[in-house]
Amino acid sequence: MENKIDIKNYYLNQFDEFEKSLNGEKSSDFHKVRKDAISKFAELTFPTQKDEEWKYTNISSLQKHNFSPAAVKANVSSETINKFLFDKMEHSLLVFVNGNFSPELSKLIDIPKGVVIGSLAEALKNNNPVVKKHLGKYAENENYFFTTLSSAFTKDGAFIYVPDGKVVEDPIHIIFITKSGSEKILTQPRNLFVAGKNSQVTIIEHYVSDEDSVYFTNSITEIVADENAIVDHIKLQEESNKAFHIARMEVDQERSSNFSSHLISHGAEISRNDFNARFNDEGSECMLNGLFMIGDEQLFDAHTMIDHAKPHCNSHEHYKGILQDKSKGVFNGKVMVRQDAQKTNAFQQNNTILLSNDAVMNTKPQLEIFADDVKCSHGATIGKLNDEAKFYLKSRGIGEDAATAILIHAFASDVITSIKIPALRDYLEEIITKRFNQ
Amino acid sequence: MLLEIKNLHANVEGTEILKGINLKVNAGEVHAIMGPNGSGKSTLASVLAGKEEYEVTAGEVLYNGKNLLELSTEDRAREGVFLAFQYPVEIPGVSNTNLLKTAVNEIRKYRGEEELDSMDFLSLLKEKSKLVELDQKFLSRAVNEGFSGGEKKRNEIFQMAVLNPTFAILDETDSGLDIDALRIVANGVNKLKTKENATIVVTHYQRLLDYIIPDFVHVLYKGKIVKSGGKELALELEEKGYDWVKSDKAEAVV
Repeated sequence: MENKIDIKNYYLNQFDEFEKSLNGEKSSDFHKVRKDAISKFAELTFPTQKDEEWKYTNISSLQKHNFSPAAVKANVSSETINKFLFDKMEHSLLVFVNGNFSPELSKLIDIPKGVVIGSLAEALKNNNPVVKKHLGKYAENENYFFTTLSSAFTKDGAFIYVPDGKVVEDPIHIIFITKSGSEKILTQPRNLFVAGKNSQVTIIEHYVSDEDSVYFTNSITEIVADENAIVDHIKLQEESNKAFHIARMEVDQERSSNFSSHLISHGAEISRNDFNARFNDEGSECMLNGLFMIGDEQLFDAHTMIDHAKPHCNSHEHYKGILQDKSKGVFNGKVMVRQDAQKTNAFQQNNTILLSNDAVMNTKPQLEIFADDVKCSHGATIGKLNDEAKFYLKSRGIGEDAATAILIHAFASDVITSIKIPALRDYLEEIITKRFNQ
Repeated sequence: MLLEIKNLHANVEGTEILKGINLKVNAGEVHAIMGPNGSGKSTLASVLAGKEEYEVTAGEVLYNGKNLLELSTEDRAREGVFLAFQYPVEIPGVSNTNLLKTAVNEIRKYRGEEELDSMDFLSLLKEKSKLVELDQKFLSRAVNEGFSGGEKKRNEIFQMAVLNPTFAILDETDSGLDIDALRIVANGVNKLKTKENATIVVTHYQRLLDYIIPDFVHVLYKGKIVKSGGKELALELEEKGYDWVKSDKAEAVV
């Protein structure tokens, strides 16, 4: 392969530079976490297709670029940010530019007392006890090459803490915008969302770029839903088609908590999402839904795992993909029902539409059941748009493009309609219209 | 003349189903095409609507003087051709209103007309839904999803009413309908009849023709029209059965 760089040595060297840039912060407690991570990173190897978890996901092209983890300043106007806001919705907004929190572009509205919404860098500086307790406890470094990379270079990200009994009514919209120009940069947002007992919060992680540039986003999100908490999480990916995006989300659910996640993605050159949720106690609900729309030679991979460790929990997972051109999709969804987890209800489904003969989908829904009194189902379909339905629409005077768009909207509709924010649903419908009804 | 079918031959997966159909339809007329199962009735309807699996091997179809077979399915619809499906397709996630709004506006665009605004469109839907006694709640439901057989057929006639075609083909719209639904569907079709439009009613049973009175009846058998006549031909068929045609086909007319 041309110009392949030794990515490991490259980042090990970069770490020295990074340490220098930290100045006084080097002596902080947290810096030990970084140092542990970099030594872990040195032990691990870059994932290849020989690795079961990366079997269909060839990320070797990532090694062609030396993405710099150094902070790169960029000017982003509020007009640019406005392009990614949802109409008719006033809400709290956090903006990160090239991985760094931008107070000027952010705003907080109607935040209940005690709720913290801000930057992780700030919280780290203040030795926030919630951060100390939770950061890095769920997204462990073991065996995750890119997690160790993130942990070693941890600098900033979104931090949200909703104390017991607090309800944040309006969604919190977090925009991560990369403006790298010709520089190849690595941004590593490190997000921590902690929802206390009986609390409620809706969080939108929105990864965007208005450039066609090459950059690398390596993000980690840890979410804690304490007893009876309700957490709605939406991740939107509207990045450059040449970007690399590797992300991991770890969700820890306590008794009777309710977590829902929607991943809506336009993909990138390569995007990989590891979403893992764990039930630590009884009576909880977890929803993992996703919709990915990719084209050209994009590669999208969703690896999910729902761990039913305890009885009486329900999980619902539905991922839908729409593939054009020579794009490639991977879905690997694992539902683990442990011996203890009686009365589990688990539903998992992956449906994919291939709009071209050259698109490829690899899907692997997996159920591992060790309990005997459970209700579980899983399935996958890969197909084309329904020709009968298309003919029916055309016979009513609707042209090829409009008929295709209608059927794609219809295919995506059950994932879109399960999102609870109307303004966001409209935004997504618009995205689909723009993409498929030109 | 509105429609002229000349020596139409068509194949499905290499098997010839239509073996030389000739038919002339003038504006203001209702034609019934009857025939036993497998005679090619539905194939004829699908070929006229432009279904791709059907390969026309010979003959031509003139519609308003245009070569119908050269037009795409959507352009046929925009030119005023409508097919009421024998088996209306269920489309989950697409509401009846959305389908019709897109269809009406695409047709208007094709004809160089302004798009209908939402208010005008909704009042059009309301007015036409009464014609087939279709409850308003069906407008927001997904196209045909979970509809009963009768509701699906009424929905077809409802769509026909909204799109207001010049030439409609009803493909076994009566099959599976109880007498009330049959009356409602037939009543809708009769009300839509004008001097400018024409309808072909494809049916297996004479019963529908008690409600929709045809000007002409044609009997299709083994891919050809073997008998044509007035409405009394339907009654004769009912009485004698299709065996009469089968044994008699040597004396094919037209």
